[in-house]
Amino acid sequence: MPDSKYLVIGNSAAAVGAVEAIRAIDPEGSLTILSRESEPVYSRPLISYLLGGKVEPAALAYRPAGFYRAMGVEAKLGVSATAIDPAARTVAAYDGQAYGYDRLLIATGGRPIVPPLEGSELAGVFSFTTLADARAIETFITEQGVGSAVVIGGGLIGLKSVEALAARGLKVSVVELAERVLSITLDQAASALAAEALAESGVELITGNTVERIHGRAGVVSGVTLADGRRLDCGLVILAIGVAPDTSLAETAGIATDRGILVDSTMATSAPGIYAAGDVAQASEIISGQKRSIPIWPLAVAQGRVAGAAMAGGDARYPGGLAMNSVEIGGLAFISAGLTTVPEDDGLVQLSRLEPETKTYRKVMLQDGKLVGYVLVGAVERAGILTGLIQSGIQVAELGETLLSDELGLIHLDPDYRARLLAGKGAVA
Amino acid sequence: MKIIQAIAQYCMNCRLCEINCMVAHSSSRDIITAFRAERERLTSRVTVEQSGPRTFPVQCRFCQDAPCAVACMTGAITQDPATGWVAHDPDKCVGCWMCVMVCPNGAMARDVGGHVTSKCDLCAALDQPACVAGCPNGALVLAERDEVENA
Amino acid sequence: MAPRLVQPEFSVQRDGERCIACGVCVRQCANQVHSYHPEYEEVRAAAERCVGCHRCAWLCPTGALSIIHTPPTYRHGGHWSSEAISNVYKQADSGGVLLGAMGNSQPVPVYWDHLLLNASQVTNPSIDPLREPMELKTFLGRKPDQVELEMSGPEPSLATTLAPQLELSMPIMFSAMSYGAISYPACKSLAMAARELGTLANSGEGGLHPDFWDFGPSMIVQVASGRFGVTPDYLGAAAAVEIKIGQGAKPGIGGHLPGEKVDDSVSRTRMIPVGSDALSPAPHHDIYSIEDLRQLIYSLKEAVRYRKPISVKIAAVHNVAAIASGIVRAGADIVAIDGYKGGTGAAPAMIRDNVGIPIEFALAAVDDRLRSEGIRNLASVVACGGFRCSADVVKALALGADAVYIGTAALIALGCHMCQQCFTGKCNWGIATQDPYLTRRLNPEIGAQRLYNLLSGWAHEIKEMMGGMGINAVESLRGNRHHLRAWGLSDRELKILGISAVGE
Repeated sequence: MPDSKYLVIGNSAAAVGAVEAIRAIDPEGSLTILSRESEPVYSRPLISYLLGGKVEPAALAYRPAGFYRAMGVEAKLGVSATAIDPAARTVAAYDGQAYGYDRLLIATGGRPIVPPLEGSELAGVFSFTTLADARAIETFITEQGVGSAVVIGGGLIGLKSVEALAARGLKVSVVELAERVLSITLDQAASALAAEALAESGVELITGNTVERIHGRAGVVSGVTLADGRRLDCGLVILAIGVAPDTSLAETAGIATDRGILVDSTMATSAPGIYAAGDVAQASEIISGQKRSIPIWPLAVAQGRVAGAAMAGGDARYPGGLAMNSVEIGGLAFISAGLTTVPEDDGLVQLSRLEPETKTYRKVMLQDGKLVGYVLVGAVERAGILTGLIQSGIQVAELGETLLSDELGLIHLDPDYRARLLAGKGAVA
Repeated sequence: MKIIQAIAQYCMNCRLCEINCMVAHSSSRDIITAFRAERERLTSRVTVEQSGPRTFPVQCRFCQDAPCAVACMTGAITQDPATGWVAHDPDKCVGCWMCVMVCPNGAMARDVGGHVTSKCDLCAALDQPACVAGCPNGALVLAERDEVENA
Repeated sequence: MAPRLVQPEFSVQRDGERCIACGVCVRQCANQVHSYHPEYEEVRAAAERCVGCHRCAWLCPTGALSIIHTPPTYRHGGHWSSEAISNVYKQADSGGVLLGAMGNSQPVPVYWDHLLLNASQVTNPSIDPLREPMELKTFLGRKPDQVELEMSGPEPSLATTLAPQLELSMPIMFSAMSYGAISYPACKSLAMAARELGTLANSGEGGLHPDFWDFGPSMIVQVASGRFGVTPDYLGAAAAVEIKIGQGAKPGIGGHLPGEKVDDSVSRTRMIPVGSDALSPAPHHDIYSIEDLRQLIYSLKEAVRYRKPISVKIAAVHNVAAIASGIVRAGADIVAIDGYKGGTGAAPAMIRDNVGIPIEFALAAVDDRLRSEGIRNLASVVACGGFRCSADVVKALALGADAVYIGTAALIALGCHMCQQCFTGKCNWGIATQDPYLTRRLNPEIGAQRLYNLLSGWAHEIKEMMGGMGINAVESLRGNRHHLRAWGLSDRELKILGISAVGE
């Protein structure tokens, strides 16, 4: 039985964070990675850049060649884990082996949500979350000579695929059930700017509508019918409704889950010796104080690092996550974090400034004098300072409109906080 | 490791640090050529902040557990666990602005022309960072990171 | 705005091939000469606001800027110079007093340049200061008429009790420049340099900022007609106290620090309300005679328990010798004489340029008078007013000074470009201003180092010149007018200066 001191299921951001953190503490302990994907660790968000032809395949490498060797990792790529036996401390894998472990990290990420939709089995219907998806789409477009596409879902993944397809010269339509795009990450005004930017780059945006069925001809996509009865011809459909934590292994093993796998501040799950990190985990969130699943790259790496340290006997603590996103649409930058939309009567103070002529928009949300969210469009340079202010939880009410300024700087901030930042100690004490 | 310490008391907002930074990181390294021929790529990695008469420059602090290295989705930003050095490889950068989103110091500059971020590298190729060497009033010095005083 | 008759004095020349529109000049000019026009991506200049301080030219990273003095050239009228005409225009515009700063700006003769130093050849060999000790140490204060020694012990000892003395490493001090007239970092630069050099800086009449009390042993504090910031502790903190009667740049009138320069810190130091004009009356209201002066001198001596010398500073005026004599007889330990080229932060230009006499003559006359009256030893004589270089200092020592004060030269070392606009409070070099945007431009660490460098250089040069004359101590140079010769002066001037013509 191939036993390891450390076993990691998954091979993306959280897995790499964990491997590096383990090795910082324990350079020797045996470490095995099981990955259902057969590629060495790659940058998942870059798949849209690859599809759009903006980067070469080699650029997807998240870590240099030789990473596994340098880290002393036995990387079982293309070997899916099939079951966890917490009592026996083993993981059964697709290769028929049972992998023993002392410490296990579940970093299986998310799975795209595929709605029950007539025609979704047709050739030319894709999800867009893996490198394999990107390659398959690229091959399909080339082989079929696809000229137009429908993207179902106006969220981040949807819009990233839109950008890639448009960059390849396809005529793209986006169908979004909500009344606006990026409705989870942006507020109304920013969504409007996003819609405008999409329109300017030649993308057709259909909101408040959905695809009822996908039509095919000879087993290949030929178009879609929308809820309002409209029909769109297309040679390709991308399903980008959303992604859900891939908790199946954990659930079968009896590990406590909610939306994702529930973890404490060391990323430990309910099962002894088993940790979870990344998109699959449901860890604490700083604004609500609740455990929430926030599937974003920075938190996956951060959680992976905490889990890795904990697995190796270190004492790292996860400070809590914060939802944040950076995306460009038609060359216009959008960055948002924390709360971006709330009911008016929620006790939040909201300051905003929209400059339509320069396509610049800034909004900050304050609660009890603390920053709890922001949206920046166009002028995004000061985003990180705002993120830090949310994470630090310091009082910022007296800054008022300065929070909306392009000139916002450490110079305006509390001196003790500034001293900490300038000495490289970060936003969180 | 040593990083750049600003002495706000002596910063006079001339912003020569920004100009010297841009020139030191230009291809020509000639101020006039850089500003004429490379203008759209010129990106200062140091920003002079101002509040009333008080000003001081801010650049990468080479943070412990640098959040930019955590957030970088392409592997362009990496931190050496031994030295704390935070490196940015522009060839691997795609300009997703994730580092801009998480840097609590606002020290990740956007090279909009090249669609990559750009950060202080302490002018590793020079004897002294260009901003430090060129400051006319001694408002920029090198100091051990952990001993950096408030600006 | 309607055109004004007063024309710009400077032309701001921007080399279009070099300007990169970086905006350094825009940010650095407190007179708002430069402005950036984004629509044309260019920087333009409003030359009429330029005072010729050269701050922009200094900092321009491409060397694109030249500031050229281009005073209006009206048809040459002999008697009516362009400046005279411009001044009439200015006053016809404003109805006010023509203001000036720093020293006399008229092309009056520089007598130092008519004096030449001696050097030894053959008979009285010169001394190489690199090989032989060369003493610049200077003591200021009352010297006894004669010295008595106590010979009964194993070694002779001094039986005479000496009056308090100031010990200087070199015969050069920084003259009085008040906090208020100059900035905090300028004051600090001077104090730091004085301490490092082993000489003294002078607080001027603006009191002593609490931060500078530590520098007290390297400071002379002033008591002037405004009595700003004068407390027993202030007097006690310093090495010496100076009563300021007059100033070479503006003899006969008081001081005027405009309210704009009286910020919170200046107000606390001067003990006056924020924003109020600090007016030093023309006379001390308790001094109308030498006897009154004596009272103040002895009041101050009492206050410092006779442990510190008391100096009296006057402007060089027509009967300076008699006045100096009276001051010495009134009990002053040091008499400072400020010539008509001395600087100021603000003075009516008519006074600055037309009142007072050259320090060269004042010094010679005072030294002669005190010697002839047999009281030269009762006080040290400090000369001030326009010393530009070490040769000026050596010539002053040979004319009879115990030491000199330098003010303008020190400010130039700090970056002053002599634009003579101190009274506007917009000094782009961070020296003569209290504007927090501007004072930060002077880093006192750098300033002190530059002052230290300047006086170190001068000290080397003085040693070289003394060595050349075959003199190895500054004591032997003082009043040694045989080492001076003059050219181009009238017999009468030579007689007053007490020196021979070249070739004699």
